Amino acid sequence: MACVSPDGKPTQTGKKVLQALRDNGVSSAEKVAETTGVALFRVRSGLRDMVTADLAEKVGEEFKITEKGIELAD
Amino acid sequence: MEECKDTSISLPRLGDKAPDFNTETTHGNLTLDDFKGSWIILFSHPADFTPVCTTEFIAFAEIYPDLQKRGVELLGLSVDSLSSHIAWARNVEEKTGVKIPFPIIADLSKEVSTAYGMVHPGQSKTETVRCVFIIDDKHVIRTILYYPLSTGRNMQEILRIVDALQTTDKNGVATPANWNPGDKVIIPAPNTQEAAEERVKQSDYECVDWYLCKKNL
Repeated sequence: MACVSPDGKPTQTGKKVLQALRDNGVSSAEKVAETTGVALFRVRSGLRDMVTADLAEKVGEEFKITEKGIELAD
Repeated sequence: MEECKDTSISLPRLGDKAPDFNTETTHGNLTLDDFKGSWIILFSHPADFTPVCTTEFIAFAEIYPDLQKRGVELLGLSVDSLSSHIAWARNVEEKTGVKIPFPIIADLSKEVSTAYGMVHPGQSKTETVRCVFIIDDKHVIRTILYYPLSTGRNMQEILRIVDALQTTDKNGVATPANWNPGDKVIIPAPNTQEAAEERVKQSDYECVDWYLCKKNL
């Protein structure tokens, strides 16, 4: 996984993505990429990982951080 | 009589939609859709920890910022494991100081390399040859280059092709032999006799004849 390690913890890039979701609220992948400076393809892949790991959830075409994501964002 | 089944795989050609993939890379699981809106250079190399490929990876890493300025993402591929890719990228950084900033597909199953026709059995039955697929932002294949195992690729030519394609798309022109950004471009040839007569009278074009006229952008 690009943004979540096999132990379920977010990587440095993963934390950047989570912090962007926490600070900006519900966001599109494009908005997260713009905020973090992480390449858009990595953000899209990372958000997919985060949904699988229950760190983020999909809201239509956008994403929202979960309680578990907030705990692991820092 | 037994029916003959055609088991040949049709190779992607220019103008085709790039085949989809969903694959493991050194930057995690990636799909073609993750690159939506970006140009992509998908390139294959024969194997990790080999000399020509190492020089190419360093060279690709060097042009990566130039590609990003043009809205292009790089994606490498070989029939090696993820562990091998990670170890090789770390080794390249340790020995040369160059960090490999783009993802590399670990295509052990040969799913992606088969879909893109990257294994040429006449060269090697187990390794991919040096392919370069330039895919535009609508994920249409715009250029395919094949190099043999023994010949490293020319990064300036890859950049030049991207510049030429993007210039063509933006301005509706073509580019002559050995064109480089800043050089004159070719205006599409007229398709009627009247337009041909008008074309040669246009003073702002540099014309050899009605079918070959150039202009500055």
